[in-house]
Amino acid sequence: MKKLAILGAMTAAGLSAGVASAATLDDVKARGKLNCGVTTGLVGFAAPNANGEWEGFDVGVCRAVAAAVLGDPTAVEFVPTTGKTRFTALASGEIDLLARNTTWTFSRDVDLGFEFVGINYYDGQGFMVPKDLGVSSAKELDGATVCIQTGTTTELNLADFFRANNISYEPVPIETNAEAQPLYLEGACDVYTTDASGLAATRAAFENPGDHVILPEIISKEPLGPLVRHGDNQWGDIARWTLNALIAAEELGVTSANVAELAAAPGNNPEINRLLGTEGTLGAMLGLENDWAVKAIMAGGNYGELFEKNIGENTPIGLARGLNALWTEGGLLYTPPFR
Amino acid sequence: MSDTHAQTVAFVRTTMLPEQPPPASEAGVIKWMRENLFKGWFNSLLTILSLYFIFQIVTSAYPWFANGIWNTSSLAECREMLDGMTGACFSVLTERWNQLLFGFTYPTDAYWRPTLAFVLLIVAIAPVLYPKAPRQLLVFTGIYPFLAYWLIWGGTLLTPLMILVGLIAGYFAFKQFERQSFAMGLLAGVVAAIVVIWAGGIVPAAMPDVLAIQAIPSRDLGGFMLNMILGTVCVSLSLPLGIMLALGRQSSMPIIKWICVIFIEFIRGVPLITLLFVANVVLAYFFPPGSNIDLVLRVIIMITMFSAAYIAEVIRGGLAALPRGQYEAADSLGLDYAQSMRLIILPQALKISIPGIVNVAVGLFKDTTLVSVISMFDLVGMIRGPILASTEWNGVYWELWGFAVFVFFIVCYSISKYSQWLERQLATDRR
Repeated sequence: MKKLAILGAMTAAGLSAGVASAATLDDVKARGKLNCGVTTGLVGFAAPNANGEWEGFDVGVCRAVAAAVLGDPTAVEFVPTTGKTRFTALASGEIDLLARNTTWTFSRDVDLGFEFVGINYYDGQGFMVPKDLGVSSAKELDGATVCIQTGTTTELNLADFFRANNISYEPVPIETNAEAQPLYLEGACDVYTTDASGLAATRAAFENPGDHVILPEIISKEPLGPLVRHGDNQWGDIARWTLNALIAAEELGVTSANVAELAAAPGNNPEINRLLGTEGTLGAMLGLENDWAVKAIMAGGNYGELFEKNIGENTPIGLARGLNALWTEGGLLYTPPFR
Repeated sequence: MSDTHAQTVAFVRTTMLPEQPPPASEAGVIKWMRENLFKGWFNSLLTILSLYFIFQIVTSAYPWFANGIWNTSSLAECREMLDGMTGACFSVLTERWNQLLFGFTYPTDAYWRPTLAFVLLIVAIAPVLYPKAPRQLLVFTGIYPFLAYWLIWGGTLLTPLMILVGLIAGYFAFKQFERQSFAMGLLAGVVAAIVVIWAGGIVPAAMPDVLAIQAIPSRDLGGFMLNMILGTVCVSLSLPLGIMLALGRQSSMPIIKWICVIFIEFIRGVPLITLLFVANVVLAYFFPPGSNIDLVLRVIIMITMFSAAYIAEVIRGGLAALPRGQYEAADSLGLDYAQSMRLIILPQALKISIPGIVNVAVGLFKDTTLVSVISMFDLVGMIRGPILASTEWNGVYWELWGFAVFVFFIVCYSISKYSQWLERQLATDRR
């Protein structure tokens, strides 16, 4: 017991040592590279291509932050993390920013000591079943075997949902999405449950996508967003407002195609001017160059462009904007004003 | 008596009959089949059933291989080309071949370096594995680890060179003091090596560009190359460490004995995956932020410790199997501890332990795939992560995992074949 206490004290000391050296911005600038935690591979969100370059929606966030801070979207060291290693990697200072489709929950924010800087994808947990199972609602799944990723919030949501509806299920634990596909296709489980975006991506890769249906129930809120460590508010602000800048850019009609032109001289929309640094000193308040948002938008385009390029309806994943549309178009994306 | 038969029989053969071939049912293929396949109705039934199943498997698997497509750039394209036929999309292997072998961040123009290191590895281990190989090659074997390090990680050649110089200095110091006693020699050797390496550390720091090739950080290693590096390094390090632990456990000196016992029992009582998590996650908490000890190095240390504990127990079995008389004979010749171990005990004990050691080595090689769980991209990690998560290849399973199985089988089967050969070579007592 005494030993345990000592070990705990040492861990706490190590943690507080990590927090004490709080100036992440200075560290990143001195290093010349942003250490960004991503998944080891999730279709559309983060995966290296045949040339070994990382691509995806979450990767886009990393590149935007790197561009805003260092002026170079390629100055990112991508650190692949699994569901189990992601939080320790962030807490220990191995990475500066975690953009790994991580659900914003109370305990992760408060208890684990992280700060979610925003939401870049509103997701929700759904169910996929083979069509010939003849099920049309998740409430008919009594006694089903369910493939479920361990160590995620989906596991807990599933238990909650089945308990609330007083039906039983048999879990088949799996490690990654890639592992789930063959298990599901071979019939090792009747149902596959994960975030609806993941289900759509998985189904799109099947040989006969039409043989499978995604049930209408969405049983949870899964706000996915990038996060940083507690205790360095300046760095948190940079990450938060870079994400907001991408969303605001879409709202204001600033795209990677016209951003250079708009940033060349102050126009007649003051909010665009403030965002792009042709008016005011928003960049200096963050401790960055005044054209930080210009560089972030140039890195991969605004939020809408990133979405369309990586997971939108013209990609094999084919996700509709849905909740992730701007608030002006019936979605939930709503950024505070740049003022 | 010679004419006895002349009256009773009409003809006596005076020469031997020419040899007849044995009846068809008692020779060649037919005999073999009768004895092995169709002996009794029950065996015949089993044979026919087996043949039926083999036939089924071959005929259903054949089109999958024969229709295999090798030159598309995505799964969708491949399925389009197959057009509903059964067939494999081997094109994932051709398109991602380099990623499977080297990982996805290793610089493309440096692929020749690990390849060369692998070819040289074969040259370097030849004199260790085959007694008939020329003895002069042993010099190259000694140089090889430093050369391979330089080839794979790059940087200046001076770094591995200084370590080599340090080790040589240590060896000469050992030789110098060995006459006094083995322990003194060992101590002098270690001290000399450390001093020279530490003092020599300024040389590569001062001249980082001498004979330098592009430096590649450990994080960029991946693919089957990572499995080979971990496997080779950990097996070759854990063997001497395991021998030392086994001897230490038998030692009459209580402190050494208890250190070894606790080390072995602790490591054996913990799953390897736990040690890897410790290497990856927990150690990071204890170092100040920013001071990052190389992840590959941490993993090598953990896997080496793990397999050394197992090898130590295998060798302890070999030591225990030697009759007591061998130890007494060594003592009666007036040999000291180091000599008796080196000349009499260990050669016999290691020979007995070969099957066990090979067992550990094969298991260790396969265990290197566990590093994929701590987000390192070895062959399995590459397949599970980047390749299956790419939009092009999401959904290809049999081809990729079949390839992984094939590659690992080749390596492990060759290790096992070699060990059987070695056992026959060393079986001097049972000839």
